[in-house]
Amino acid sequence: MSAPFYVSPEQLMKDRADYARKGIARGRSNVVLQYAEGILFVAENPSKALHKISEVYDRIAFAAVGRYNEFENLRVAGVRLADLTGYTYDRSDVTARTIANAYAQTLGAIFSGAGEKPYEIEIVVAEVGESEDDDTIYRLTYDGSVTEEHAFVAMGGQAEHISGLLKERFVVDSSLTAALRLAVDVLTQAPDGEMRALTAGQLEVAALVRSRTRRAFRRYVGPELEALLAASSAHEAEVPDADVDPDVES
Amino acid sequence: MTTDGSGRLPNAFHQPGVGSFTDFLGMHAPDMMPGKRTLGPGTVDAPHGTTIVAVTYTGGVVMAGDRRATMGNIIAQRDIEKVFQADEHSCVGIAGTAGLAIELVRLFQVELEHYEKLQGATLSLEGKANRLSMMIRGNLPMAMQGLAVVPIFAGYDLLVSDPQKAGRIFSFDVTGGRYEEHSFHAVGSGSMFARGALKKFFREDFSQQDAVRACVEALYDAADDDSATGGPDLTRQIYPVVVSCSIEGFQRVADDVLHDMVGRVVDARMIRPGGPAAPLS
Repeated sequence: MSAPFYVSPEQLMKDRADYARKGIARGRSNVVLQYAEGILFVAENPSKALHKISEVYDRIAFAAVGRYNEFENLRVAGVRLADLTGYTYDRSDVTARTIANAYAQTLGAIFSGAGEKPYEIEIVVAEVGESEDDDTIYRLTYDGSVTEEHAFVAMGGQAEHISGLLKERFVVDSSLTAALRLAVDVLTQAPDGEMRALTAGQLEVAALVRSRTRRAFRRYVGPELEALLAASSAHEAEVPDADVDPDVES
Repeated sequence: MTTDGSGRLPNAFHQPGVGSFTDFLGMHAPDMMPGKRTLGPGTVDAPHGTTIVAVTYTGGVVMAGDRRATMGNIIAQRDIEKVFQADEHSCVGIAGTAGLAIELVRLFQVELEHYEKLQGATLSLEGKANRLSMMIRGNLPMAMQGLAVVPIFAGYDLLVSDPQKAGRIFSFDVTGGRYEEHSFHAVGSGSMFARGALKKFFREDFSQQDAVRACVEALYDAADDDSATGGPDLTRQIYPVVVSCSIEGFQRVADDVLHDMVGRVVDARMIRPGGPAAPLS
């Protein structure tokens, strides 16, 4: 009998993190950004049925990248938690924080548990509030860490590159079409500067619309999305004002 | 309640394939399920809701309920609401033990929305009615102790080929029996009077407004002869809850519209207390 090889905990966690990161980096990207009337979600997703963006509760939505079966599992758990909380107490008692916390605990336990492989996913849980300042956006990574984000989040294969672009070009209080234009622009621009073309069929677009009563979540599909994309491409590429600092603390 | 020792969500949350909130609740928190409670002997006095009417019209269906809840000879509440939105295209009204019925409606609303979110598609109208019938069947032990819940379910059926006839009504009995009703139906203590009135009022070519008027008249007739049904309360401005479901979705008839309509109904009854005369030929 030989003693098993010693692997330091640092190395073990690093290996698991590398594994998860590599999985996520293979996938397409997903962008979440605030605009004047709510929060916009844009994902590159050629599937009509396998969603990367979904409704969780009245004012809360879910966006994810990575392995479909893994984030779908968490999405379902989140909807169940939200509906259970709302049924037990009141609809107004369901918050994005509750759901983000449950996700963080679950992802953390899976990441550090020896029996399972880490989830190769990243999640955003967003809640639209009374005003832009009350909006909350939580970003969760494969290891269960949570960060509260403001203004915008990019996840997936090109996350860093896209975040960089968004940092330069994000404008607060933009219209739906301007925000969509920005999201599509950053999704289509490759790190080498080359632009790809994305059609309505390759995009999944949804929003939490502040003014909607009760269920704020709304998908843009089919002809409506095409019209929206056409209207948004009429926007000039917006240049951020000098006095707006897009580098919001996260 | 929602987490195990590790802080992780329990397995029931991750169970694949369950689209039903009731099934999930049964797995995870069976004590919260209506109908799963152990009952003591004897009976209790609890508020009862009374008359609900539903009438189809060209392109939809209208449902209305009076505002009274009774407990024996006492009026337990004079402005209770017994007609609810079930989802985007359907509504549900309840008669029977108010507390249990309202709990059942809450669970039913969550059930429909939950399915829609998990599956990314809405249930068919028949599917919703079947689901409701199963939930009522679960309440059978309570019903045998006098705590019955008798709902009425109506909605706009998006799968019907003729949109003119898409308004559909389903009634239920305490054992969960589900029956499709044609044209109109009523449940609750005043239902026989309301149904008698609707039989005379109903026309195949009703508009939404006609259907609302027929409902208000029928509830007036029910209140006329049944002490447990409340008539329109003009002094406190408490009017029936009237809702409609059409292709545009669920809509509650606004109070100012009802104010005018109830005013006209009451004015007409000042002259003819029995309501509009039906021609004999």
